[in-house]
Amino acid sequence: MRAAIAAAEVDPDLDVAVVSKVYPMRSHTVAAEGGMAGVVKDNDSFENHIYDTISGSDWLADQDAVEEFVKEAPGELIQLEHWGCPWSREPDGRISVRPFGGMQIERTWYAADKTGFHVLHSLFQTSLKYNNITRYDEWFAAELLVGDGRCQGVVAIEQRTGEVHGIVGGATIMCTGGGGQVFKFTTNASIKTGDGMALAYRAGVALKDMEFVQYHPTGLLGSGILITEATRGEGGVLLNKDGQRYLQDHDLGEPLDVTDPEHPQTRTMELGPRDRLSQAFIREEEAGNVLVGPQGSYVHLDIRHLGEEVIDTRLPFVRELARNYAGVDPVHEMIPVRPVVHYMMGGIDTGIDAATSLPGLYAAGECACVSINGANRLGSNSLTELLVFGLRAGHNAAGFALKHEISDKGALEAQVVTVKKRIASFMDKGHGGDERIAVLKNEMAETMEEGVGIFRQEGSMRRTCDRLGELRARFENVKLDDTVLRHNTELRAALELDFLLDVAQSVAFSAIARQESRGSHQRTDFPARNDERYLKHSLAYRTDGEPQIEYGDVTITRWPPADRVYGN
Amino acid sequence: MGSKVTFEVFRFDSETEESSYQDFEMEYEDEWVILDGLNYIKGFIDGSLSHRWSCRMGVCGSCGMIVNGYPTLTCSTFIRDYLPGPIRVEPLTNFKVERDLIVNLDDFLRKLQQISPWIVRDEERAIEHGEYLQTPAELATFKQFTLCINCMLCYSACPVVSHELNFIGPAVLTLGHRYNLDSRDQGADMRLDEMLSSDGIWSCTFVGECSQVCPKHVDPAGAIQQSKVSGVMAYFKSFVMSSGSRE
Repeated sequence: MRAAIAAAEVDPDLDVAVVSKVYPMRSHTVAAEGGMAGVVKDNDSFENHIYDTISGSDWLADQDAVEEFVKEAPGELIQLEHWGCPWSREPDGRISVRPFGGMQIERTWYAADKTGFHVLHSLFQTSLKYNNITRYDEWFAAELLVGDGRCQGVVAIEQRTGEVHGIVGGATIMCTGGGGQVFKFTTNASIKTGDGMALAYRAGVALKDMEFVQYHPTGLLGSGILITEATRGEGGVLLNKDGQRYLQDHDLGEPLDVTDPEHPQTRTMELGPRDRLSQAFIREEEAGNVLVGPQGSYVHLDIRHLGEEVIDTRLPFVRELARNYAGVDPVHEMIPVRPVVHYMMGGIDTGIDAATSLPGLYAAGECACVSINGANRLGSNSLTELLVFGLRAGHNAAGFALKHEISDKGALEAQVVTVKKRIASFMDKGHGGDERIAVLKNEMAETMEEGVGIFRQEGSMRRTCDRLGELRARFENVKLDDTVLRHNTELRAALELDFLLDVAQSVAFSAIARQESRGSHQRTDFPARNDERYLKHSLAYRTDGEPQIEYGDVTITRWPPADRVYGN
Repeated sequence: MGSKVTFEVFRFDSETEESSYQDFEMEYEDEWVILDGLNYIKGFIDGSLSHRWSCRMGVCGSCGMIVNGYPTLTCSTFIRDYLPGPIRVEPLTNFKVERDLIVNLDDFLRKLQQISPWIVRDEERAIEHGEYLQTPAELATFKQFTLCINCMLCYSACPVVSHELNFIGPAVLTLGHRYNLDSRDQGADMRLDEMLSSDGIWSCTFVGECSQVCPKHVDPAGAIQQSKVSGVMAYFKSFVMSSGSRE
């Protein structure tokens, strides 16, 4: 939405199409809770935010990109304020900020604990005032249109009718989010199937740093629903089965009592980075220190000491979610949580200008990898990333579109016909064998959890890579029950599974190739970081068989690689 | 674990325009919501069942349906609360059905745009000048009305929507009111033209069903009631000002 508004503002004569498989206000940004980072306080500085982001990334972020991101962040947050986002406020009317994991100063702007919801609705509602934005709601993008060596739009299915259309454009921007659905236990919505990543990948663009998958340390036991890091920013603590604040045993500093005015301390204990906290959970589990119930192992997130008033003002959604989905009221009880797949640091290989290697194709947000997140993203940087790089993508794509006429129309039309045939063959009653989509998807998600979870090693990753190859072959035998054109959600699920398998392979093969431990990619067989060999971005290219993995340079400017140190 | 339940699901064939109810029996688990049951049917019994869903945490607003006759967010409502069943699942009422449990939202999107749900300013503030100041008390006047997830349950419950097709309806009127109350906004006069029109707030008979079914406690009925008061005030204000100008 940010990119669409930016493009629409470049020139009122530009015709901007927003193509989305769901109504825009359903997009998964809606589920982000805790907040978005931008330097605002007098005791903070760009240098601080840059350093936090780079050290958080385990030095895999591109430092020039981080620097520009941090500097442009506050302006974009203010822009969103001007567009009506109901930010939480200080008594004097200024924006209120809260501390977040891995950040040394409080700089996370928030709208209670429904920040993503308010960001999305503010952007969507604001977009309605632009007459040159046309929405294609519930159109599913099936393929990129490529002609004359550049991207000239998408082939999309209008789900309401089932008709296949080419939507041509001088430039195309991918803003499709992540692909958490390749895993079983995830905070990601059902729509997060990596569509944009797979579309670009199929058009020959590399997927960068795909091995880096973020586990959020506090997913609600059972459902995997996100319990925001803001719970810890407000002072919540994590306890193992003995009631111990176990993070102190995992190199994250010493705890202060929850009644201490200095609690919570930034970059310490519960405000450490997500990768380290999720890894600490597994170590506790191995030591037999976690709780175990019918829905698996877990620890306790305790926010009772915050009191009902603070919880209802700043964390009302957490209370609602915990009560409804776990049957506990966090005002009086502890919340059962465990690490859950949340975010992909990797994505479509883009530069600092949001452009990809395919002329005319841009990407922004979780589907893209600039990279500002490197091997581990800090909480509250991703919503800001949507704005900063959404704006850049919108501006630059608009500029490109103004300079390029649609060309090679014959090739584009032929592509539409090819996609039509492919869809028709899927829908053909005689197609394939007897494989069910839900079965294949479950098997894919299981093998991903087994092979490329929080801790990884060669043998299990190899099994996952092999399994994914088998699933790819079995996908050819998918059988649809549904042969009706209108709202054929089963056809959509099949196309999504096709995309998911691409994303899953890029994750698993990038992971097995990186023989080191860095950020969220932890290998028990290569436990140390290896800057000499792997201070590199991985680049996965699609082939007819296994992905081909290459490497590209990381931009290091003023912050040479160092140890990541957390704790007071 | 291992208990069985039956769903009676509304089916609508968009090609023949025939509707029917189809029974699906399945084993369910204690923590399953209604949506989990539908997804099980689609995944393992009949892939042709069509319904919308996404976040399964009660915030994207996609999965509103009628469950046992009542407008319900199916990802937030548990099978165990409807036992022993059968559980009847139907598409939202007051909308045209496109297929099975999927309804047409065109009208809602049109009305949404009509109310100008964005900040209107005579003069835009430059980014360099920072944020508009807004005290927590000013925020509190409209915060509740920002929480609408556009799930459409209130349209389904509203008795006015059922017979006045052009009625702007609870969620959109609430959103208009939300912007009117925002201390940063200067567009209330323009929005009130729509809200005070024959399809606007005066059509509301204040039955309050919308607030009853709202899963986010937004209280559209309260918003509409407050709008009526502001509407009357605006009317008298314009009368006083115009008579004042004659002096």
